[in-house]
Amino acid sequence: MRTLIRGGRVIDPASGRDEVADVAIANGRIQAIGDAPGDFGADRVIDADGLVVCPGLVDMHVHLREPGQEWKEDIESGSRAAAAGGVTSVACMANTRPVNDRRSVTEQIKSTAQRVGLSRVHPIGAITRDLAGETLTEMHELAGAGCVAFSDDGRPVPDAGIMRRALEYAATFDYLLILHEEEGALSAGGAMNEGAHATRMGLPGIPNASEDVMIARDVILAELTGGRIHIAHVATSGGVELIRQAQARGLPVTGEAAPHHLFLTDTDVGAFDSHAKMAPPLRSPEDRAAVRAAVADGTLTAIATDHAPHEADAKSEAFACCANGVTGLETLLGLTLRLVDEEVLDLPSALARVTNGPAEVLGLEAGRLGVGEVADVCLFDPETEWTVEPERMYSRSVNTPFAGWRLRGRVTHTLVGGRLAYPFGDAE
Amino acid sequence: MNAPASPAAADALPRHFLGLEDVSAATINRILEEATRFRHLVEQPDKKTDTLKGRTVINLFFESSTRTRTSFELAGKRLSADVININASASATQKGETWMDTVRTLEAMTPDALVIRHAESGAPHLAAGALTSHCSVINAGDGAHEHPTQALLDILTIQLHKGPIQGLRVAIVGDTAHSRVARSQIHALHTMGADEVRLIGPKTLIPAAAEEALGVRVFHDADAGLEGVDVIIMLRMQMERIRGAAVPSQREYFRLYGLDRRRVGRAADDVLVMHPGPMNRGVEIASEVADGPYSVILPQVTNGLAIRMAVLKLLAGGESA
Ligand SMILES: [Zn+2]
Repeated sequence: MRTLIRGGRVIDPASGRDEVADVAIANGRIQAIGDAPGDFGADRVIDADGLVVCPGLVDMHVHLREPGQEWKEDIESGSRAAAAGGVTSVACMANTRPVNDRRSVTEQIKSTAQRVGLSRVHPIGAITRDLAGETLTEMHELAGAGCVAFSDDGRPVPDAGIMRRALEYAATFDYLLILHEEEGALSAGGAMNEGAHATRMGLPGIPNASEDVMIARDVILAELTGGRIHIAHVATSGGVELIRQAQARGLPVTGEAAPHHLFLTDTDVGAFDSHAKMAPPLRSPEDRAAVRAAVADGTLTAIATDHAPHEADAKSEAFACCANGVTGLETLLGLTLRLVDEEVLDLPSALARVTNGPAEVLGLEAGRLGVGEVADVCLFDPETEWTVEPERMYSRSVNTPFAGWRLRGRVTHTLVGGRLAYPFGDAE
Repeated sequence: MNAPASPAAADALPRHFLGLEDVSAATINRILEEATRFRHLVEQPDKKTDTLKGRTVINLFFESSTRTRTSFELAGKRLSADVININASASATQKGETWMDTVRTLEAMTPDALVIRHAESGAPHLAAGALTSHCSVINAGDGAHEHPTQALLDILTIQLHKGPIQGLRVAIVGDTAHSRVARSQIHALHTMGADEVRLIGPKTLIPAAAEEALGVRVFHDADAGLEGVDVIIMLRMQMERIRGAAVPSQREYFRLYGLDRRRVGRAADDVLVMHPGPMNRGVEIASEVADGPYSVILPQVTNGLAIRMAVLKLLAGGESA
């Protein structure tokens, strides 16, 4: 299949390209950018006049729920949500049931994703067996099966000694550890950000210190061990500052921000809105501003959704008891572009945070639009406004706090390896 | 002179009674007036009215509280409502039903009011949002959030002894961080024009950002905090806070924050001492104070009944908006 994308605004943050050009795709790779070679006989021509053509988005923090909780999401529904959101690479967290702490689970995820064929799915293996924080997983075996990084996400590694060994072992092979930073005793019983709103609501609070203490610990342990760490869903100004200082000292520390932490604060919990319950919690306006600034100055090189689907029942318990997390794959592009509208970032930099930024952290061959690269491409109309409507989403769960938001930038086409993944139909 | 607006319209209660944070002074006054009438009634030999004859009130308690449940039960019965008590923590939830299923099942029995007590903040709000009938939800205490009828009985008690709340200085002493009553009291005191609300306790028992969140003044020194106050509201100290890390020992707590005669002497001469009960004598309050001339701890209980009658009448009686 040879595809010609004609006349779009081609933006490739990795190379700095930003020009109106044709993109010619053959054999799953980009053949040419600019004027297509005269002898390029396209089987399919996509008219991209007025559209932006950019690398397919890379979401490095997603919960696909398969195996084990397929009523919340499965690899197929998650892949559809990804494709509809312009996301071509998905890194999925290990807290499945069973946990992705053994080769068989990694292989099952990869083969199912390949059969679905709508997105490149990159499993993240657990750091410790059954996420129990006690015994290391066979990281080398898991990496061999296709795990691109390791994380106990959903939980921290509570024991500093185990964390030290995990970092040392991972550093032996230059594996990346992705860390959910939360100090258990400081978070214990907490339901939302500790502060004035929690006090008004009578909800137990989680102080910023819960996150900051663990980031500080793990930066220090990364320095001790030479391990590479990536801090997931950074939500506090203190956390941002610790990462910035670590980077200034030359430590291999990266981080990501989740869209909900870039747009919402703890007052969005309102009167017990369970769609505003997540870990880490929505923080203060000062924290939101610090996370935005860190995304803008490149301290945080990735925006990752922490896509965490939950069925309605899991979100309709009393606030403190209901499940943490929100969905994100289908609103990632729209919210990232909103950062451009709000003048946090320019368009190429914003796209960098959802393409080559996360791809480089994970070491993926993805997130770039250059001749010879794999043809993972996202086309979107930057002007079309649309409303976030949960009932029209492809994710099996629609626990989004952004329902009803007006967003600009609608995905029109998603190509994975040159095949059309969205609109659906072609790739199947 | 303008004709006054119809009192029913001006003072219409919200359909549900979930908390006092957004309740107007007019609404609170309406409840207090109604409660004052019922206070006289409960002093008569025949204590019943047929105000809620034919109406049904369900007390749905997911957390046990004999005092509050009994007070709501008696209030409903004195108004001639059919009152049903359900201790859900001991029944439905053990059968694997979710508590919201219990709420929906009971709603199908077409009650006029559901009085809900739950250990989680926001539970009555969730129930209210899920109801499809005309039934009103009354919050009988949710988590560490609100306990509006308990707070209003304190407001009524203060008014009966000291006149209008306007201009009063009130100190709330103890574990305000985990107290639903304190939050409701603070909102009501501010709405009714109190001059100042002070929270007194160690930092471990004062909620985060209390000044900003609740508009109070915080004191860690009890003697300074009690200086010149008109009303002292003592909170019950939960023993698990002492066994936990919030307070090192009963002895130290009483020495720092316990209310004895000497400390009462810091307050105004005609200070009113209140406690929601049950008291821990010697932990938060000395017997000489609890049983002393300033204490109105027993009248509080009587007023609680009158407040709950008023709230049930105004909501279950079909007068709410
Ligand atoms: Zn996480």
